[in-house]
Amino acid sequence: MATHRNPADLVRVLPLDGLPATTAAPQLTAQQHRDMFRSMLLVRMLDEKMLLLQRQGRIAFFGPSAGQEAAIIGSGSVARAQDWIFPALREAGVALHRGFPLEQYFGQLFGNVLDPQKGRQQPMHFSSAAVHQVSLSSPIATQLPQAVGAAYAAKLRGDDVVVFGYLGDGATSEHDFHCALNFAGVWKAPVLFICQNNGWAISVPFEKQTASDGIAVKAAAYGMPGIAVDGNDVLAVRAATQMAMDRALRGEGPALLELVTWRRGGHSSSDDPSRYRDEASIPAWVLIDPIERYRDYLRANNIVSAAEEQTISAALKSAMDAALVTAEAAPGPAMDTLFTDVYATIPAHLQRQMESAGSDTSGRAEGAFPL
Amino acid sequence: MTANTGTTVMTLLQALNLALTEEMERCEDVVILGEDVGRAGGVFRTTDGLQAKFGEARVMDTPLAESGIIGAAIGMALYGLRPVAEIQFSDFIFPAMDQIVSEMAKFRYRSGGEFTCPVVVRAPSGGGIRGGHYHSQSPEAYFCHTPGLVVLAPSTPEDAKGLLKSAIRGADPVIFFEPKRIYRTVKGEVPNDPDFTVPIGKARIARAGKDVTVIAWGAMVHTCLEAAEKAARNGVDIEVVDLRSLVPLDEVTVLDSVRKTGRVVVASEATRTCGFAAEISALIAEEVIEYLQAPIVRVTGYDTPFPYALEHVYMPGPDRVLAAVHRVKTF
Ligand SMILES: Cc1ncc(C[n+]2csc(CCOP(=O)(O)OP(=O)(O)O)c2C)c(N)n1
Ligand SMILES: [Mg+2]
Repeated sequence: MATHRNPADLVRVLPLDGLPATTAAPQLTAQQHRDMFRSMLLVRMLDEKMLLLQRQGRIAFFGPSAGQEAAIIGSGSVARAQDWIFPALREAGVALHRGFPLEQYFGQLFGNVLDPQKGRQQPMHFSSAAVHQVSLSSPIATQLPQAVGAAYAAKLRGDDVVVFGYLGDGATSEHDFHCALNFAGVWKAPVLFICQNNGWAISVPFEKQTASDGIAVKAAAYGMPGIAVDGNDVLAVRAATQMAMDRALRGEGPALLELVTWRRGGHSSSDDPSRYRDEASIPAWVLIDPIERYRDYLRANNIVSAAEEQTISAALKSAMDAALVTAEAAPGPAMDTLFTDVYATIPAHLQRQMESAGSDTSGRAEGAFPL
Repeated sequence: MTANTGTTVMTLLQALNLALTEEMERCEDVVILGEDVGRAGGVFRTTDGLQAKFGEARVMDTPLAESGIIGAAIGMALYGLRPVAEIQFSDFIFPAMDQIVSEMAKFRYRSGGEFTCPVVVRAPSGGGIRGGHYHSQSPEAYFCHTPGLVVLAPSTPEDAKGLLKSAIRGADPVIFFEPKRIYRTVKGEVPNDPDFTVPIGKARIARAGKDVTVIAWGAMVHTCLEAAEKAARNGVDIEVVDLRSLVPLDEVTVLDSVRKTGRVVVASEATRTCGFAAEISALIAEEVIEYLQAPIVRVTGYDTPFPYALEHVYMPGPDRVLAAVHRVKTF
């Protein structure tokens, strides 16, 4: 892995290996810092717990985000209540930070009645109208032109809304990425394209994904600024996202943020990166824990003490455990949820199928063969 | 017995890997491209070991863009190579739809036969792996509806090997649906002969029977065989026809079976409306209605997106097939 990104080329606030800050720390209240830190701890905690649940067979699938907490929370925390999120795979933390309840989060992973989507989607496809976050759609990059459309609509109505369209580095190869940036540039839509460049698209390393020098440079071709940020530096991410947000709010249109981070684990719970990734050649800087970097800052500036952190962690853990117990006990979705929401009202042919489905399952038990 | 004349027991996945290996050894023009097919050997391990064996120039990890994969494969084929493109899940074939439907399928026709693109597109399909909407679908009907494409859907290791080799050696573009649910669970004898092929356009009688014809393809063949065993215990003798090749279709085998039994069930995992099961039903109604002693009955997925938690309700199991058999038997 010779060529991930050179940290010297990235916007930075928190010091790294003797590299100086390139931009000032964002002006945040102590409460904002605590909220961001709490969310980063939560994302890490969920990650560890959910991978365990997956190994125990209690959930079918999980997409971890360990090591990407700064990118996720540093950007997502800039979104206001009215802003919209079109996520990729690893932005559940954005929804949680903005109030998505843990019971619903777990309900989605279990696919049961607590899931606002009625257990219809594979785990990780969280969605909640309450926090203006649509679900990840597995087909990569499809969310990006949609984010542009939503941003255009907000602009048309004169609403004070900015749309966040998240993506991975792999997604920049899909045509939807390019047409989204192109449309957004032409329309000056209030949309932020936030790319978590974690170095990998499943087994494909960054240098096989694109020959360009990073992702941020791609913005130039579409007439918008591209900013490459140390994505493991939560304050740099926050500052850069805020800058892009302020531009959008001034009517100056879209921006592309490249948050350079690292996928520490497998692509998902089904993946074994040792098959294709040489751990010895991983650039050392990407493995410096984003949570520790932030913790050092918070301690040095007397924002979160060790004792306070313990209280935060303990509270998160008990909230997580309690929500998990509730969620795991919830029943699966009712049979009719298979057929509702396909259309606004169930057409006749589907109604017939729904009725026959009941009788079909009654014949499922072994030995019930009717002949 | 030489290695060339015997058989070896293997999984469907191993049979596919063997077919690719043999064809790459046979012909330097055969190349593989797709997401994660090289270093990692594919997310299902279908191309395991091939990059190590044949090099990065012939086994390519591409950027993440299906239209790029298929478009580039078309260009390679126009130039004379024999590309085998992998779409990681058939659910992700849609970004390449324009290249497949507008380009790959029509090149021969629109160039008066001067330019052809014999690309093989491999696509794992079907449900039963708890994959939800986007890792479960059976999109074969879209491609059967597109003139110019050969559409294959094997259900056994032997057919997987033999049909993939025929596809790679053939003259036309092929969409090759692999039944991913049974990649590792179905094992069978596979001929060792590196020139063993299975002809495109020939169905297979998976189980001979006299009372009811059940027609299926892909993983659903095994569901129907299970149903047939249950039915046999109740004195009903089901004939299971494994189509293997959807386009071109072996009409003779299908219609002969129906003439024999007079009762038909067509089973498919795909959504019902405009599915390939409807095409089979129409063919039978048009050609041999005078032999039918009961209406043709389809067993299919429902006309809904593929669900997650209720997957077991959506997917037709042996009991749903048997309920349909019961209907045509007692009509
Ligand atoms: C259209 C499409 N093609 C292929 C896939 C399979 N797939 C799922 S995630 C992924 C890699 C995504 O990489 P990246 O965009 O970098 O995001 P990351 O997983 O690193 O967060 C691939 C190839 C898919 N989901 N959709
Ligand atoms: Mg990535």
